[in-house]
Amino acid sequence: MSKVVNFSIDGKNCMAERGQYILDAARANNIYIPTLCNLPGVKPRGSCRICNVKVNGKLMTSCTTPVAEGMQVENNTEELLDLRKAIVELLFVEGNHYCPFCEKSGNCELQALAYRFNIMVPRYPYQFPDRDIEASSKNLIKDHNRCILCKRCIRAIKDEEGRNIFAFKRRGHKVVINVDSKISGSLNDELAQKAMDICPVGALIKKEQGFIIPIGKRTYDKHPIGYEFDVTSTETL
Amino acid sequence: MSKPIIATTSLAGCFGCHMSLLDIDERILDLIELVEFNKSPINDIKKFTKKCDIGLIEGGVCNSENVHILKEFRENCKILISVGECAIMGGLPALRNNIPLRECLEEAYINGPSVENNEEQIIPNDEELPLMLDKVYPCHEVVKIDYYLPGCPPRADLLFNALVALITGNLMELPYECFKYD
Repeated sequence: MSKVVNFSIDGKNCMAERGQYILDAARANNIYIPTLCNLPGVKPRGSCRICNVKVNGKLMTSCTTPVAEGMQVENNTEELLDLRKAIVELLFVEGNHYCPFCEKSGNCELQALAYRFNIMVPRYPYQFPDRDIEASSKNLIKDHNRCILCKRCIRAIKDEEGRNIFAFKRRGHKVVINVDSKISGSLNDELAQKAMDICPVGALIKKEQGFIIPIGKRTYDKHPIGYEFDVTSTETL
Repeated sequence: MSKPIIATTSLAGCFGCHMSLLDIDERILDLIELVEFNKSPINDIKKFTKKCDIGLIEGGVCNSENVHILKEFRENCKILISVGECAIMGGLPALRNNIPLRECLEEAYINGPSVENNEEQIIPNDEELPLMLDKVYPCHEVVKIDYYLPGCPPRADLLFNALVALITGNLMELPYECFKYD
């Protein structure tokens, strides 16, 4: 059986390796599909639904769906763009996202997607949920107001023995991220920094270094998220 | 044709958005050629003297006076714009939304570390004072808002481009660098 699979995205013929997820295959073909919970090199989870595409007419998360021969994928359609926009808007009203004074502003992937989608105001009413900030750990602040429960920290931050340092606590709408108290000692400065860097929002903040990058030099100050794909795709046109 | 008329106000805001409007630098001279200002803190006109075309609202809605002014703007302006994060989502003042109002007032006037000389434990309640609302509301939850210009403050270019687009009837220029939430 051939190792190469042929499929199409928005009518454009693409090739992928057998077993490759649609998202990775799209990026290998220089096509941008927005993501939020996905983290390269870490097992995909499909929790944020931003990367939704239509596969043969059916909604699927592109980060968890492998490419199959002859698959017809829709990506940049009006319907899908609006669906993704709606998800970002829901995330904004569901938590307390105060961009003006957030340490992550300018480096925040949720905010960057909102910029990319030109969201002027969410279509849904703000919920102002009652959430806590925990600063008991020696090097990390957990701000549950900003957490979008993407599980990146749970999936990517491990101690020396490969155990998860982060875990979910409670259930349903009360669920929050938590540091496992038995192994919290292994959360050294390096891991705390990594946790802050992989957090797509400002829910994990390393202590004593807020606003360290000046405005104008932050990741999404000059160019939108996914910019590298936009540049290459216009160059090939 | 007469010039379009603009009115502006600051509700539960810090006047930062108004500062940003002044930050369009020498283009303010162009703007004054293009438009006429009515009720606004910039010219200190306190009351509407005529119907306006564009109303710029800075700040969210935190008390009864804010509600009154916002409704007055809706009645007198054809187009109403929420300017800045506070008008759009409540902003910094909305941090009190999860604290009961009484607790906020007690912290400010009775228990706070900087409170002095209030032995009688009075929370100001003169009937002249506007009544605080239970929480801070985005403007569009009180009246209909036509457009939104985010930012803290919205970049001067964003404000200028929006006004130019409205006055000339063209589509708004929206460069990536001037569309920010912070």
